[in-house]
Amino acid sequence: MNREKVIFAFFIVLALTLNFGFFLGEIDKEIHHNVFELFAALVVSMICTVLKFGDRTHLGALMLATSLVADLQLVIAAILWGFAEQISGGMTGSMMSSVVSLSGGALLANIISVILLVVETIVVRR
Amino acid sequence: MNNVFYLLLRRLRVPFITMIVVYSISILGFVLIPGQDDAGNVWRMDFFHAVYFVSFMGTTIGFGEIPFAFTDAQRMWTLLMIYATVVAWLYGIGSMLALLQEPVFGRLLRRRSFTGEVAGFAEPFYLICGYGVTGRLIVHKLANRDIRAVVIDISQDRIDDLEMDTLPIRVPGLCADAALPDVLDDAGLQHPHCIGVLALTDDDNSNLAVSIASKLLMPNRMVISRTEAEVTTANLLSFGTNQVVDPFEAYAGYLSMAIHTPYKHLVYDWLVNPYHRPLSSVYQQKQGRWIICGFGRFGRALYKAFKADNVFITVIDSKEQNVNQTEQQIWGIGTEARTLEEANISDAVGIVAGTDNDADNLSIIMTARGIKPKLVTVVRQNLDANRLVFRHSGADFVMEPGRIIANQIMAQIKTPLLPAFIEALKEYDDVWAHTLLNRMSSVVGEDELESWAFVLGEEETPAIKMALEEGTIIKMKVFLKDPRDHSQMLPGFPLMLRRDDDIKILPGELTELQMGDEILFCGLSKAFTQVEWTVNNYNVLQYILTGKDANNTLLSRWFNADQ
Repeated sequence: MNREKVIFAFFIVLALTLNFGFFLGEIDKEIHHNVFELFAALVVSMICTVLKFGDRTHLGALMLATSLVADLQLVIAAILWGFAEQISGGMTGSMMSSVVSLSGGALLANIISVILLVVETIVVRR
Repeated sequence: MNNVFYLLLRRLRVPFITMIVVYSISILGFVLIPGQDDAGNVWRMDFFHAVYFVSFMGTTIGFGEIPFAFTDAQRMWTLLMIYATVVAWLYGIGSMLALLQEPVFGRLLRRRSFTGEVAGFAEPFYLICGYGVTGRLIVHKLANRDIRAVVIDISQDRIDDLEMDTLPIRVPGLCADAALPDVLDDAGLQHPHCIGVLALTDDDNSNLAVSIASKLLMPNRMVISRTEAEVTTANLLSFGTNQVVDPFEAYAGYLSMAIHTPYKHLVYDWLVNPYHRPLSSVYQQKQGRWIICGFGRFGRALYKAFKADNVFITVIDSKEQNVNQTEQQIWGIGTEARTLEEANISDAVGIVAGTDNDADNLSIIMTARGIKPKLVTVVRQNLDANRLVFRHSGADFVMEPGRIIANQIMAQIKTPLLPAFIEALKEYDDVWAHTLLNRMSSVVGEDELESWAFVLGEEETPAIKMALEEGTIIKMKVFLKDPRDHSQMLPGFPLMLRRDDDIKILPGELTELQMGDEILFCGLSKAFTQVEWTVNNYNVLQYILTGKDANNTLLSRWFNADQ
């Protein structure tokens, strides 16, 4: 058992599940989407990215890339949320659906990350 | 190649994660802890304000409680989080600084910039392994001829020396073990512009490794290696190393030639050594018995060379393993008069102080001269740092192995014709050498004798190639006329002509030339720069041949047709 691999797998799956939890629900209903879950998803996703720093394998590089994509989408979603609440004068249905669809994009990136993780696990013959 | 970047990222993982965790906990705390607005209502900070507040709190840019004054619970949390965030920042910055100061990181950075510089070379260069006495001399000589070089040495001190030495062109150096193939590769072993590899470290095994790697990866590349053991010499030659130089053997041969055939020796000296001795310095009456002090590697090589020339020898040595190796051997170091007298110094003609201790060597020749002032003295200098003492020692020959090898290698680098000429020299006697020496002396006086070679063809002599193709007969003297005034001769003359492995020593001025001829000249270096005009510029060549300024422009041809 490789401790580094366990930690990484834990965080990447956690990022996926949190992201999924946030994404679940009607796209424009604010009460279906918890802001804390978005926050947690963003933090865990960033930790995942840092964990992949310095990995020189090809799969490692791919995972770093997908992880960066997820980060990017979640950060934009969070900024959009802040913009809607603080600057444009309250959350609207259309704003909420943008935020959720961005998190949906991040979810897709997270799914790819997990698929890569599974591929890596299968390829390693030990 | 991206080692540095990966190392940086890998080392910064933990500080980054610490920072993310501390920041997220602190933001979360501010969102959860209830506050009060200015009207006294309960108010909760949202993520936007929490991120904003933590961002400026963590970096301690400034402080204010926003958007309303904090409650005590918020203040307590802030207090905790100030410490947490500041510690996280210090940790992050500290690890970054520690990484930048780490020697490994610095080495990686230097290696990377070195590799990049070598890969960017667009002109021919030599790869030199080892920056000792020999390596340094060669790098300096190459740099003075505007030839680029790359240096690898295992000691950082020598690489520092390289950077301190003021060279006319930049020579990149790397501190690494040259015996490792990837180090060689980074230094340009497989670079298309690398023209030669010189293995000059003081470790025979490293030299062997460099030569093997070079011959395996680039079989046609020139490899010159230094060696100190016969086994290695044979090994190096077995896989086609172009030149193998053994400092002791080389010097033994050099000295033996000086004693036996002084004029031939001087010709050799003038050709390979820029700081050659004046013509008047030829020693006479060196035939007779010689005393060799020290019977190590140098002593043995000398003994063999002298024996081959039938010189009588007495050996003085005090080491147990060297006892009774030869028929005439005296026990002792040679620094005391008693030992020297025992060796019968009064009827010897010369003494060689060849131990591996510089102080002993100097002491030997001083004692010996005290007994017999007219003795020919040869002293071996082991450490380059003792140069000053040896220069004033008054010895007739100072043997510096590094310098000998450097000169031999430079002769090979200048042109492969020069070693061929020196080889051919063996066929001639000393009287012939004396005549040649007089001729050289009348051309260059006491200045440095430079030699250079041409291969007739497109690359080196395009003008002559054009003229030959037109059917013009080109004679040797073309090379010796001054392109500024064709009635004047340049200070130089041809030493050798090689045509399809036929060697002609001292070819006449009227020899007709063919394509593919290789000609070796000697003379003053200013003659060489002038000859470059003749061989490269068709118009200059026409002027030399006909004495008329040949202008090939339409206008001048039209004018000339009128006359």
